[in-house]
Amino acid sequence: MRITVNGKPETVDDGASLLDFIHMKNLEPGKVVIELNLEIVDRKNLGDVLLRENDSLEVVKFVGGG
Amino acid sequence: MNMRDNNDPLIIGGKTFASRLLIGTGKYAADTLIPKIIESSGSRIITVALRRVDFEAETDNVMKHIPDHMQLLPNTSGARDAGEAVRIARLAKAAGCGNWIKIEVIPDNVYLLPDGHETVLATEILAREGFVVLPYIQADLVVARQLVDAGASAVMPLGAPIGTNKGLKTREMLQIIIDEIDLPVIVDAGIGKPSHACEAMEMGADACLVNTAIASSSDPVAMGRAFGQAVEAGRTAFLAGMGPVKKKADASSPLTGFLRH
Repeated sequence: MRITVNGKPETVDDGASLLDFIHMKNLEPGKVVIELNLEIVDRKNLGDVLLRENDSLEVVKFVGGG
Repeated sequence: MNMRDNNDPLIIGGKTFASRLLIGTGKYAADTLIPKIIESSGSRIITVALRRVDFEAETDNVMKHIPDHMQLLPNTSGARDAGEAVRIARLAKAAGCGNWIKIEVIPDNVYLLPDGHETVLATEILAREGFVVLPYIQADLVVARQLVDAGASAVMPLGAPIGTNKGLKTREMLQIIIDEIDLPVIVDAGIGKPSHACEAMEMGADACLVNTAIASSSDPVAMGRAFGQAVEAGRTAFLAGMGPVKKKADASSPLTGFLRH
């Protein structure tokens, strides 16, 4: 299915959870924060939230800043 | 390098800090410098930013260079209005790094000057949600007063535009804020060298935030140490009380008992 991640189109497997997506991208779940359709997803629920067609994800992390 | 006897701590949001220097984590040639600068500067509060993960070019994780004893101060850089600042603040909190937030609402890309009205709106919302809110503002007493009412935990007026290293171009207006606002006043942005930070502290500022001046130095670790010393010297001088400025000379040596008399 097709979703949008950080403003860009992506394809993920049907039935994939957010945790599956994070693993697919080789990210560590503890180092990113995810907004699903503008709602922040609690880290402990990442495995329970299944992605759906046309979902929009923001995946962010801390970087250097002043 | 704690402040002498630690009997003059900085208190923000109910927490006590031994250093009055806040540092940033941006613009370093290598993030491995960060723990060394924390050590040399004595700083206890450090800013970070939040950005989209770039899946094509995964970069180093800045957080692994920040020791656990540091108070994290995520900023909302990138926000152009109150709504975006609130969104970024909530994401930062969800990242599990506490409830402190430096609000930056910047609609202007040339001078990076903050929008006071939107900053007040964001502060109201986030303070109500339990955030410890430190807003970055222009050196504007009216906005600072609105932020007090909005529930800010400190105010962070600028000395000069971000990253310019120009020093305290807003000096007179900073002094007014320092004199009139009871919250901690942290001079942020524009501080280019230790004497600027020292001057802000001599004026009675509660703290300074320095990023570019340290990061753009050829020896950031030594410059961090110099800023730590300057902030401490300025604070000590402020507490000691400056002598009066006079128009005419006032001899330091006695004017009686000369040999010729």
